[in-house]
Amino acid sequence: MSQKIKDATIPTIPLGARIQRWVGRNLIKIYAFIAFTYLFIPVAYTFAFSFNDSGKSNLIWKGFTLDNWKNPCGAPEVCNALGNSIKIGLLATIFSTILGTMIAFAIGRHKFKGRSTSNLLIFLPMATPEIVLGASLLSLFLVFKINPGFWPTVIAHIVFCISFVVVTVKARIASLDPRLEQAAMDLYANEFQTFRRVTLPLVAPGIAGAALLAFSLSFDDFIITNFNSGTLTTFPKFIYVSAARGIPAQANVIGSAMFFLALAIVIVGQLVNRRRVR
Amino acid sequence: MRKIRTPYLLLLPGFAFLFTFFILPIINLAQTSTQTSIAGGDTGQYEQTLRFANYFDAFIENKEQFGRSFLYATLATVLALAIAYPLAYAIAFKSGKYKNVLLVLVVAPFFTSFLLRTIAWKQILGEEGFVVPTLRTFGIISESTTLTSTSFAVVMGMTYNFLPFMTLPLFASIDRIDPRTLEASGDLYANGITTFRKVTLPLSMPGVVAGTLLTFIPAAGDYVNAAILGSPNTKMLGNVIESRYFKVVDYPTAAALSFTLMAAILILVTLYIRKAGTEELV
Repeated sequence: MSQKIKDATIPTIPLGARIQRWVGRNLIKIYAFIAFTYLFIPVAYTFAFSFNDSGKSNLIWKGFTLDNWKNPCGAPEVCNALGNSIKIGLLATIFSTILGTMIAFAIGRHKFKGRSTSNLLIFLPMATPEIVLGASLLSLFLVFKINPGFWPTVIAHIVFCISFVVVTVKARIASLDPRLEQAAMDLYANEFQTFRRVTLPLVAPGIAGAALLAFSLSFDDFIITNFNSGTLTTFPKFIYVSAARGIPAQANVIGSAMFFLALAIVIVGQLVNRRRVR
Repeated sequence: MRKIRTPYLLLLPGFAFLFTFFILPIINLAQTSTQTSIAGGDTGQYEQTLRFANYFDAFIENKEQFGRSFLYATLATVLALAIAYPLAYAIAFKSGKYKNVLLVLVVAPFFTSFLLRTIAWKQILGEEGFVVPTLRTFGIISESTTLTSTSFAVVMGMTYNFLPFMTLPLFASIDRIDPRTLEASGDLYANGITTFRKVTLPLSMPGVVAGTLLTFIPAAGDYVNAAILGSPNTKMLGNVIESRYFKVVDYPTAAALSFTLMAAILILVTLYIRKAGTEELV
C-alpha cells in the first residue's frame, strides 16, 4: 500500500521542485562541503606543486617529476631548517607539557588561595598578541646581552605553549568522574597509587593531545621565532625568507609530508582510543 | 600541612618560568617604551627618560596602520564566524558517524605550514594562478584589477588562517547542545529561525566568544598575511613593529606600539566578555 503511494506521488513532483527541496534539506551539508573546499585548496595546491619540475623557483607549473619526493634534502637549507624546527619543537613540547600538566593538576584538582590569579596568569599569554610576546622576550634577552638563537627560541616557544597545555589538560581533568578515584581509595590504594594507577592513565589522552598541540604550535610558529632566533633558520622562517626569490619544491614536499604524517598520527590515535573504549 | 602545600609546589616551576620569561619581559618592554636615544650615542642605544610622549608620537605616526589592524582583524573575525558557524553546526548535528573524521579534517590543513598555505594563496590569487584569468574571462573583474596586494587578499588570508581557531570552540559548544532542546522548541511552534535565535545561538554563545577571541587577538597582531598577500598600502601595526625592531632599530617606538596594541586588545576583550556575559573562558 505505502509502496504504491510512493510510486504514485514521486512523478507528480516536477524535477525543479525536487532539486529545490533536496538543496533546501541539504543546504547546510552543501555549505560545509564548500567550507572544506576552501580549507583544502591551498593544501592541494602545495601538494600538487611538490611534484613540479621547477628548479629554483616553484612559481609556474613546468612538468611532473618525482625527484623532489625522492630527494627531499635536494635543497640542503630546507632540511637544515626542518631539523632545527623539529629539535625546537620537541624540546618545547617536553618542557611545556611537564610544566603545563603540573599547573593543570594544581588548578584542576585543588582549591587554594590565588587560584583565580593563577587562571589569569594562564589566560594572559594567550590574550597577548604573538608579536608582543616575541618583541618583549627579545628586549629582555638584549638587556641581559643574550644573543637570540636556539635556546632563546626554545624558551619563547615554551612560554606560549604552556597555556595551551594547561587548558587542554585541565579540560580532561574536569571531565573525570571523581568516584573512580574514591573507589581506588576505598580499595586501600594510597594517594600515590591512586594517582599512578587511576588518575594518570585517565588523564593521559589529554596530556598526549596537549603535547601534540604544543608540538604543532611550536613547529608552525613564525612570528615569535622570527624575533628570538637571530640567524638560526627554522622551517617557517626559511619559507618566509625565501618567499621573495622562490621557494624550492622540496619545501612543498616537507609541508605535504607533515600533513600526511599528522593525519596518520591523529587517525591511529582515534583508532587506539576507540578500541580502549570498547 | 602537606595537602595545603601541594598545589603551590605544583605551580612553582611553571609559574617561575612564566614570571621570568613572560611577566619580566612585559615589564621590561614597558620600561623600554619610555626611553629616548642617547645624544651622540650609536644606533640602538637608549636611556630611560620616562618620556611618555613616545606613546603619543608612535600612535599619531602610525594611526593609519592602527586603524587598519583593527579593521582587518574585525572583518576577518566576522567572516570566519560566518563561515565557521554553519560548518561547526553541520559537523555537530549532521555528520553522524563521520563526526570525528570531519573534525580531524578541520584541523588537518594546520599541519601544512601556514606560511606555505599563505604563499599558496598568493600564487592561486596571483597573475599566474587560475582565479584571476577565470574571473576576467567571465568579466567579473576588469583586465587591470588584481587580487593580490589588496586589502581583500589580506583579509581573506587572515580569515583562512584563523578559521580552525574559530571552528573548534564553536564545535565544542554546539556539540554540547542537547538536540532535544531544539525538538522541544519545534514542538512549541517555533520555526527554524526562532529556534536558532532563541535556543541554538544562546546555548552556543561560549563557543562564539571563545572563537572570536581566538581569531581576533592573533589577527590584530598579525603581520605575515599583510607582508605576503598585501602591499605597502595594507601595512598593519605588526609590520610597523617588526620593521622598527629589525630595520630601524627603534626599540622605544616598537615597545610603545606593542604596548598600545596589547592594551587596546585587552580593553576590547574585557568589554566584549562583559557584554557577551561569559566569565568561564579558560
